[in-house]
Amino acid sequence: MDLLRFATAGSVDDGKSTLIGRLLLDSKAIFEDQMSAVETTSKSRGYDYTDLALLTDGLRSEREQGITIDVAYRYFATPKRKFIIADTPGHIQYTRNMVTGASTADLGLVLVDARNGLTEQSRRHAVLLSLLRVPHLVLAVNKMDLVDYDEDVFNKIAKEFGSFATKLAIPDLTIIPMSALKGDNVVTRSENMPWYAGTSLIHHLENVHVASDRDMIDSRFPVQYVIRPKSDEFHDYRGYAGQVAGGVLKPGDEVQVLPSGMTSRIKAIDVFDKEVSEAYPPMSVTVRLEDDLDVSRGDMICRPKNSPTPSQNIDAMVCWMTNEPLRPRQKLAIKHTTRTGKVLIKSIQYRLDINTLHRDMETGELGLNEIGRVQFRSAVPLLCDPYDKNRTTGAFILIDEATGNTVGAGMINDAD
Amino acid sequence: MAVHTDYRMSQLDELESESIHIFREVAAEFRKPVLLFSGGKDSIVMLRLAEKAFYPARVPFPVMQVDTGFDFPEVIETRDRWVDRLGVRMIIASVDEAIANGVVVDDGKTSRNRLQIGTLLDAIEREGFTAAFGGGRRDEEKARAKERVYSHRDDFGQWDPKNQRPELWNLYNGKLHEGEHMRVFPLSNWTELDIWHYIGREGIEVPSIYFAHEREVIARDGMLLSASDAVQPKKGESITKEMVRFRTVGDMTLTGCVKSEAATVDEIIDEIAVATVTERGATRGDDRFSEAAMEDRKREGYF
Ligand SMILES: Nc1nc2c(ncn2[C@@H]2O[C@H](COP(=O)(O)OP(=O)(O)OP(=O)(O)O)[C@@H](O)[C@H]2O)c(=O)[nH]1
Ligand SMILES: [Mg+2]
Repeated sequence: MDLLRFATAGSVDDGKSTLIGRLLLDSKAIFEDQMSAVETTSKSRGYDYTDLALLTDGLRSEREQGITIDVAYRYFATPKRKFIIADTPGHIQYTRNMVTGASTADLGLVLVDARNGLTEQSRRHAVLLSLLRVPHLVLAVNKMDLVDYDEDVFNKIAKEFGSFATKLAIPDLTIIPMSALKGDNVVTRSENMPWYAGTSLIHHLENVHVASDRDMIDSRFPVQYVIRPKSDEFHDYRGYAGQVAGGVLKPGDEVQVLPSGMTSRIKAIDVFDKEVSEAYPPMSVTVRLEDDLDVSRGDMICRPKNSPTPSQNIDAMVCWMTNEPLRPRQKLAIKHTTRTGKVLIKSIQYRLDINTLHRDMETGELGLNEIGRVQFRSAVPLLCDPYDKNRTTGAFILIDEATGNTVGAGMINDAD
Repeated sequence: MAVHTDYRMSQLDELESESIHIFREVAAEFRKPVLLFSGGKDSIVMLRLAEKAFYPARVPFPVMQVDTGFDFPEVIETRDRWVDRLGVRMIIASVDEAIANGVVVDDGKTSRNRLQIGTLLDAIEREGFTAAFGGGRRDEEKARAKERVYSHRDDFGQWDPKNQRPELWNLYNGKLHEGEHMRVFPLSNWTELDIWHYIGREGIEVPSIYFAHEREVIARDGMLLSASDAVQPKKGESITKEMVRFRTVGDMTLTGCVKSEAATVDEIIDEIAVATVTERGATRGDDRFSEAAMEDRKREGYF
């Protein structure tokens, strides 16, 4: 059985949490004690119906305000797949939490309220999902029950989103009319919308093909930790532990270690007390080399003719996540694969207008929840690839050293 | 060049790999980590993953148990065997000692479970730990479902659920100020069923009380509590013998068992697959006090 990670997205109140509640309920992943707690709370608040969003809105303030503040992770399995769901908040103030949930997703599920159509926030989230290179996208036109299951309403929204999506990098788009509250097209196909010929959401989630989304060609192994037992039995053991970020590694492969550039061969690949014949993403393994090289955390093992150039001048799309704007000359800490260091912001080339996708070249800074193209210099060379080639070696976070907070998320375009 | 579309991992392997990555990241970046070890199934799986992450080297941090004074003897035995086999240092932070030293106050009303919080925070501070691994899983409870893998704790050991750091990809931010610490949850994405599948696959030893056995129990508040010196029948209650097993283990006075015939890992898996109540809902008195019982305890610094 394999794993699909997906994240919800879209404006406040468009029904994300309700949909996840419905999905869990109809696929029998909700336990009696959970359901009765939600029924009791709904009744005591005087709601007419059971608020399924309470199944995921687990924090006290979320339940009081009736909105999602932070990502909830939920799990369920069908005979075909296990699912990890990140139910993210729609409120613009919590965009950082939406990005948290979406960063690891294989599939993004954008909801819109059929009565309102696309809003700025649905566009912002679609842009973020495309920048994060979430490879599959589903647009759920929700609350169809409130527009009499009208095909025209659905078609209009589908068309509008379709034309917006052509300007984004979205390799795979599916659009489904739904009612999260009533359950139309969530687990079973709806009888209220005979005009819809597609599948239910769950059927799509079970069958979407995700195996080829990872880079299996360009070998990338960021060294995370050096294992040196210093015991009698394993006296000379020296292994480089890490999680494969790209390509397939095999014993006997000729490899190069960056940034030193020294070459060697893979002697063995260990997974606990066994040697394996190959390692590929996202396996955590320990690599041993034929030669005694100086290799430490932050280095990268790759193939000699296929390795990233160590770069200090980086050009990236940055999503800014704190109140104080990002400005040129600012100094921040960076974490990229297993490397940490300092960076100096050189310029903010443009800010992306979420509605029009227009590039605002005048701004010179990035405010809270804004996305833009940024150039910076890194004190340590980064061993990176463009994010659209590799979601691991192309990603980084920026940390404010004074507060310790994660303030920016970056996706590398280019480096030299 | 051909793209290999057949390189796939099973979901259990993928979870294992993610957890191992987290262990190594913490060992590399934190000055003084510790693994919080209760002897329950989750902390045993956690220790197994730590063993795998650093093999053939020893697990490079100690384990710590917060001893409530009401722990099941079977759990203590299994705990000791694990600690011996791996050769890790074990620290015991005792609630009784904390009461004796005035670290926490036993007013006769506060449960042992709650007194664990002060005991735990005191031990973390005393030993100077900067990161503490916990076996919490997001599928356990709705507040846990919201928590980051790296969960930041302030000077007072408190969690601020409305102000969590963004956590993107597998890039964990371990930045701390003096006096703060990080709780780290390598099992965040595991479910109860995953844990049992893994225990079965790896042949992991867990305490015998997880399997069906005959036990003297007292029915109270819709739960079956194990009769012992600490738990005696109140007026109108009686002791009966039942075939039971535990789904979680904690403080004996608060952890209930469920009627069960499941005597093997496979039978437990079958039982959980059709269970209609969550593991904490079925067996944890500590979560029943209010709707936000777990969130409130976590804010104060609970596991
Ligand atoms: N009629 C109808 N109401 C719905 C539907 N889906 C959701 N709702 C209602 O819309 C309101 C908001 O739903 P939520 O699920 O909390 O919305 P959300 O998108 O999770 O909101 P945030 O997480 O705060 O961004 C609730 O009152 C739901 O009951 C639907 O399909 N039909
Ligand atoms: Mg919500």
